[in-house]
Amino acid sequence: MGKYIFRRLVISIITIWLIATCSFFLLHMLPGNPFATDQILSQDMIDQLMDYYGLNEPLWKQYLTFMGNLLHGDFGTSYKYAGQSVNGIIAQKFPISAQLGLQAYLLSLPLGILFGIIAARKRGKAIDYGLVAFAVLGVSVPVFIVAALLQYVFAIKLQWFPVAQWKSFSYTILPTLTLAIGSIAGRTRTMRTLMLEVISEDYVKTAKAKGLSSAQIVWSHQIRNAIIPMIPNLGLEIVSILMGSFVVEQIFAIPGIGAYFVNSVTGLDYTMTLGLTVFFGVFVVGANFIIDLIYGLVDPRIRVVK
Amino acid sequence: MSEHLLEVRDLAVSFDTYAGEVQAVRGISFYLDKGETLSIVGESGCGKSVSIQTIMKLLPSPPSRIKSGSILYRGEELVTKTDKEMESYRGKEFSMVFQDSMTSLNPTMRVGRQLCEGIIKHQKVSREKAKEIAIDMLRQVGLPNPEKTYMRYPHSLSGGMQQRVMIAIAIACNPQILFADEPTTALDVTMQAQILDLMNGLKKRLGTAIILITHDLGVVAQMADRISVMYAGKIVESGTADEIFYNPRHPYTWGLLGSMPSVEQSSRAAKSELLSIPGTPPDLFAPPKGCAFAARCNYCMGACLKEDAPEFKADDGHMVRCWLMDERAPKVTPPVGKYAAVTGSAPAQIPAKEEG
Repeated sequence: MGKYIFRRLVISIITIWLIATCSFFLLHMLPGNPFATDQILSQDMIDQLMDYYGLNEPLWKQYLTFMGNLLHGDFGTSYKYAGQSVNGIIAQKFPISAQLGLQAYLLSLPLGILFGIIAARKRGKAIDYGLVAFAVLGVSVPVFIVAALLQYVFAIKLQWFPVAQWKSFSYTILPTLTLAIGSIAGRTRTMRTLMLEVISEDYVKTAKAKGLSSAQIVWSHQIRNAIIPMIPNLGLEIVSILMGSFVVEQIFAIPGIGAYFVNSVTGLDYTMTLGLTVFFGVFVVGANFIIDLIYGLVDPRIRVVK
Repeated sequence: MSEHLLEVRDLAVSFDTYAGEVQAVRGISFYLDKGETLSIVGESGCGKSVSIQTIMKLLPSPPSRIKSGSILYRGEELVTKTDKEMESYRGKEFSMVFQDSMTSLNPTMRVGRQLCEGIIKHQKVSREKAKEIAIDMLRQVGLPNPEKTYMRYPHSLSGGMQQRVMIAIAIACNPQILFADEPTTALDVTMQAQILDLMNGLKKRLGTAIILITHDLGVVAQMADRISVMYAGKIVESGTADEIFYNPRHPYTWGLLGSMPSVEQSSRAAKSELLSIPGTPPDLFAPPKGCAFAARCNYCMGACLKEDAPEFKADDGHMVRCWLMDERAPKVTPPVGKYAAVTGSAPAQIPAKEEG
């Protein structure tokens, strides 16, 4: 097991290095420079700034500096938000995005699984059709429409929750719902399919032949086995729910990290873009690493042989 | 009124599908007494498994549906019992060993826990006591190192060991009837013999009655007291093992016996080739009007196409559903050759396995 973890760790580090390197060179291949769009700056000033940030150096030298800083966990200073380090911005803004994402995740995980189980158990009945209809809608209706709808109904008409901004817990409810609905829907569909597959397995028949009650069969034989194939997705999903929050953050005027990511790319804020890319890269790779370990714990068949 | 342990009368089971009704079982009757082994033989899709899974009510309904008939267990009607009521029968009164032990055990659960589930449910004992019983069961089915096996996962056991675990699960609560649905089909021949020995031994020791489903006549010969031959959802011939092996009366039974390879056969340098019954079984969406076997039968007569044969009594307890038994029918001598080879040897010495 130790050897397995070590190997996965090495692979993870290589993956992150590849992410950093590829994004670095791709970003620098883009035409223009971080200051070109600024109307006030004269050419002289731009040259000075480029010199100051070391952007006139040969690319390989810049790359080495970037990598050297990265090894120390330093993402550098932002070109656009003068004087602010990328690390500082992440430390300040990411917790907000993370709270939103996590709330949505914690809401969608049990609900999606529960809906999937109910739909599969009541296959062909009204409640199944209802849940499947919800799932199809939830997956296909874009986030910004869901957001607008929720804002209209719950904030403007019923006035239960504030329309936008991020001040107290009640502000978080609508954006959380918006973000969660899509992933509840997706998970309901997946879980329903997986449950239906498991229901017709032979070992379920064996369990029934033992005289177990249907509640026992569902609980100890069906749900666990149905969830296993879902686990690899759980890691990716927590990441995608964080990414998805960029749009939601815009709509609800939440001061999360999403806006910084989008603006930094359009403004060629190299350090910011790279810093955030590597940060999320570490997140994705780390999540997958943990999920793989959990997978081995849950399914004995893929446990690594010593 | 019924002194049989289990009595099935005119049981008919259908599946309602989008394409129509599939009449999987079309009126079968049989009985089982305490401690005996009844074997139901027939080719794939003839309704063997459906019949016994219906008795345990294991089939999901819909699509399956008991159209008519009755299932009496110790004089009690099971057809009208609800799923909830059946729970106290399953595992305790009846239990089942399935064909494919690999898929019949839950891959994510330790063997021991799968065994304990039923024990805890039916014997109402504590977890520790259940574990004791479970380990004893694993020992009884001949698994080496039962304490260790208890903690193992199914995928780390061989096919034969898995089937032993299945049997341990099945007999854990001392059932009156053990249904064995092709218990050895997925195993190689040596493993087969061991599993059959085990089942025979348990039957003698525990007095469990067995209904054995198979298409392997070699297995039948080793195990059965009585045999029912099924074809297209009906029992076409039933009698004692001796009657079926030495005095078969239905052309389908002749065909089955004839298509069984034997050791003597091959030693006689393949004097006669391995027979097969031409054609395929009828479509159970729309079973033919007359005898279902008529289209494949060498002895088909006019009456066979018009109306299905009634049950004729060849002997006391030996039932044949064939018009050849009618006194107006021409006298037919059963084919020799393959079939004679079978009669020439004692049934218990037939180790061969049918192809497929």
